Amino acid sequence: MADELYPEDLRYHREHDWVRLEGNEAVFGITWFAQDALGEVVFFEPPAVGALLSADTSYGELESVKAVSDIYAPADGEVVAVNDGVVGSPELVNSDPYGAGWLVRVRLTNPAGLDALMDRDAYVAYLAGLDQA
Amino acid sequence: MSPSTDFAQTAQQREAARTIFERGAPGRRASHLPDIDVPTRPRDELLPSRFRRAQAPKLPEVSEPEIVRHYVRLSKRNFDLDSGFYPLGSCTMKYNPKLHERAAALPGHSRLHPLQRPERAQGALELMWNLQHALAEVAGLPHVSLQPSAGSHGELAGVLLTRAYHEDRGDARDIVLTPDTAHGTNPATVTMAGYRVVGVGTNADGGVDLDDLREKATDRVACLMLTNPNTLGLFDQNITEIAEIVHDVGATLYYDGANLNAIMGISRPGDMGFDIVHFNLHKSFTQPHGGGGPGAGPIAVSDRIAPYLPVPLVSRTETSVGPVFDLVGDRPKTIGRLRGFQGNYGVFVRAYAYICSLGGEGLRRASEVAVLNANYLRALLRAPGVGEYLVTPFDRHCMHEFVVSGGPMKRELGIRTLDLAKRMLDFGVHPPTVYFPQLIDECLLIEPTETETRETLEAFAQIIQEIMAEARSSPETARNAPYTTPVRRLDEATAARSPILRQPL
Amino acid sequence: MSDYTSLTPEDLATMLATIGVDSIEDLLGAIPADVRMRDPLDLPAGRPEQDVFAHLRELAARNTSADDEVTFLGAGMYDHYAPALIESIILRSEFLTPYTPYQPEISQGGLQAMFEYQTAICELTGLPVSNASLYEGPSAVASAAYMAKLANGRPEFVVSRGVHPHARQTLATVAHGWGGRVVEVDLREGVTDPADLAARLGPDTCAVIIQQPNFLGAVEDLTALTEAAHATGGVAICSADPLTLGVLEAPGNQGCDIVVGEGQTLGNRLDFGGPSFGFLAAASDHVRRMPGRIAGETRDVDGRRGFVLTLQTREQHIRREKATSNICTAQALNALAGVIYLAWLGRKGLPELGELMLQRTAYARARLAALDGVELVHSQPVVREFAVRLAAPVDAVIAACQDRGINPGFALEHDYPEYPGGLLVALTEQRSRGDIDRLADTLADVLSMFVTPVAGAEASR
Repeated sequence: MADELYPEDLRYHREHDWVRLEGNEAVFGITWFAQDALGEVVFFEPPAVGALLSADTSYGELESVKAVSDIYAPADGEVVAVNDGVVGSPELVNSDPYGAGWLVRVRLTNPAGLDALMDRDAYVAYLAGLDQA
Repeated sequence: MSPSTDFAQTAQQREAARTIFERGAPGRRASHLPDIDVPTRPRDELLPSRFRRAQAPKLPEVSEPEIVRHYVRLSKRNFDLDSGFYPLGSCTMKYNPKLHERAAALPGHSRLHPLQRPERAQGALELMWNLQHALAEVAGLPHVSLQPSAGSHGELAGVLLTRAYHEDRGDARDIVLTPDTAHGTNPATVTMAGYRVVGVGTNADGGVDLDDLREKATDRVACLMLTNPNTLGLFDQNITEIAEIVHDVGATLYYDGANLNAIMGISRPGDMGFDIVHFNLHKSFTQPHGGGGPGAGPIAVSDRIAPYLPVPLVSRTETSVGPVFDLVGDRPKTIGRLRGFQGNYGVFVRAYAYICSLGGEGLRRASEVAVLNANYLRALLRAPGVGEYLVTPFDRHCMHEFVVSGGPMKRELGIRTLDLAKRMLDFGVHPPTVYFPQLIDECLLIEPTETETRETLEAFAQIIQEIMAEARSSPETARNAPYTTPVRRLDEATAARSPILRQPL
Repeated sequence: MSDYTSLTPEDLATMLATIGVDSIEDLLGAIPADVRMRDPLDLPAGRPEQDVFAHLRELAARNTSADDEVTFLGAGMYDHYAPALIESIILRSEFLTPYTPYQPEISQGGLQAMFEYQTAICELTGLPVSNASLYEGPSAVASAAYMAKLANGRPEFVVSRGVHPHARQTLATVAHGWGGRVVEVDLREGVTDPADLAARLGPDTCAVIIQQPNFLGAVEDLTALTEAAHATGGVAICSADPLTLGVLEAPGNQGCDIVVGEGQTLGNRLDFGGPSFGFLAAASDHVRRMPGRIAGETRDVDGRRGFVLTLQTREQHIRREKATSNICTAQALNALAGVIYLAWLGRKGLPELGELMLQRTAYARARLAALDGVELVHSQPVVREFAVRLAAPVDAVIAACQDRGINPGFALEHDYPEYPGGLLVALTEQRSRGDIDRLADTLADVLSMFVTPVAGAEASR
């Protein structure tokens, strides 16, 4: 079951953000766990194109009816595109968090930083550990 | 027993909602204004056309009977405290005495202009003075301002007073500490006052984690904001030590008075070491909540904070003809004003009437019975059939309110605290506060107050029993509740995603 | 004396037994002995209802209310007539006694009332979004300033001296907390001059704040002033008198980005200054920065139309330290009185009231200006209030007029030393021509006591 929820080809950050590497660019989004905890997403305020993101710091917010959540950059990068589809239909983050629910595309400025991220199995184990805490 | 409800499925309650703008017809009106009885001047001479309204605002065109029927029917879509039990934790939904409306309506109070000369407002100023004195007594702090308009306004006053105190000493600080159980207004206020919030942990007994506090209480801390009893309904037995830790680093200690109903006449924040206290007159002092205000949030402070109090202040001078009251604005170190005029005087009248009715002994008794009622209800909810599913996380007597966790209910019966709350609506009671404080999983915060009868508490416990029993056999009933209210569960996600915030006209 | 509890000895015994303690004192064990009160509260003993009422009545009798004198006192709150249907509705238990609507299914009455109120405020102000109330006028100005700060982060607020002194003071107090600085622009011939304003604006300007009509009663040229504000990228904030908005153009249609104001005149009592309500409306860009509650329309699971609190992620109970404000309890009941009043006044009534005030104010201004010892402070267009300069000590004149049953208005010089002898005179639909004539005659009479007779005139009699 966990395998379906967390694609194998992605890397994962402990704040429940994923990365898909595409050459020297990367796409960021939030994981199934994060969208489930947040509830139905109603608002996404994206960073500006050209903004510089730092790994482990918040680059924006997602709002649901009853909660606000920071979105954390898994790696350093310069924003080259933001997903206007999510801005217009925030619920895409819930229905398709890894596909149409992507949030930003960046040009990676420190690709080596990706090594600090978890692979799918490590992330699934991490989630199991949270559940027991 | 089938659920009873105050929202019987009558045609009126179930009719489709229509706003006042959807009623009436062109040409109808309710008001009749006096004729223009002065010699008239040409319109353009009085007001050049470039300032003139091009199109009149599209207000309703309705007769008086239409207005009354519209709002009376609307009122029947509200549950209210006079109609039923309302155990909203942290809100102190106690009975609103009807005497207070009669007193507040006296023209000498209600028709008094705020800028009337003090010589001709002695009754009002004396009332404010007496109220201040009573609040000072309850708080154990001598200096009071009635100006703030709500609890969170009082909090803002308190943090701004703290800022003024430190700035006056040339001591710049940048942090305010709040417990992680704090009401959301506390951290919001801190940001508005220009400080950074740092959270302090809670220990296993539900009190402030002293080790965490000692580590975080540095000389960069301006203030610690606390409620005692806290939002878990528990009195922090370490309060004296907490005060010492905070004062040792030169910070102020702020008391959020939302939970004052537990301790009036029993213990005083000033004696616990607090420097600044705010009161919620719409909680312990019976000002009706009005569906979201008005309220008032007066503050009481210690000697060292008094110079910074907002102005105007009420003064009292003994003269040969008796006491004379005045409004004083000339205080060199004041933080200034937080609003216009003197504050929500109409609320002062009601709170003052309450204090006159109860006296010191009555206030103490109110708190004692509030604590008794909460502990009784807590004991009733530990009964088999409920106690396994709604667990009380702290094994000690509560004060005027208590928390239960619906975690076991969620895991074993498959219904969440939200579903339990919605199902209660079908039984004609208002649910307790839910999902606050955030520390407790699937939290319910329950505050019965002292004005509820024993039978009401027992009936509420019985309702919970029935809902738990129902959930054991058919959890989907609660998950899809309510059934008998004027509307059922509402789509809040669409309302947030695509807001419709006014009627298109 | 009543404490409104119902506890009998039998109740107490049963309850203690169920809890498993011997007395209420056993429940208070968590409170350390050194913070327990040793003595009872030092307050007068409780009294029965009839005595308490007599006491409140005695206090009321020592206040001179608007029922006890013919009053022209305004300066932010006004003696308008609030029709009886308002209290018959707002004193209903269903509106008076519930809390903020956290369970919308059983709060449709209050939530729909908020939605209707928001609609009415948007109509009056010409802006598309309104919240469900703030505390009152001056703190609403401060809230608007905070919104502007969240929008552009700049540090300086340029405020006209035509803005109510209490609003300017409140802004200064609150801005000091979040590090804003406030700069004032003087009035020129009774209004804010656009060139004077423009000269004070720059890249540091967060917002410009104007009042309409201003404190001296004068109508401001909002179009010119908001142009100046926008030229440097600042937010244009207007504090408006709602009952003038039947004849004055909506500030939202004259370039204002945020419009706030004092709601007392909309169906609420004078009450020695409160409770009333503050209103706040804004351009759509600002909606997520708005403070306070907002009601929104939606559907329930059966498709039924309903209302909920929405955009709650702005608010303290969710966003906590990042909230747009700390507001929890506001002034819902007073806002309800406001929307009922506007429905009562109606589409025709609001402009009619504006015209009535225009004509009577003009008449009053002309009558007073014709008196010896009275000059106009300015001749700008006014709607319901105007300023004169008296050739006599104003406080003494007011006192003498009050002894004759007339309250002539507000002494300006304590807040505006630049207008010595200044008196601010306010009109409402309650002040008839006869009242105005009586004001003029009384003032003439009183002023003559202060004017020194000319020696030659005396001798030649």
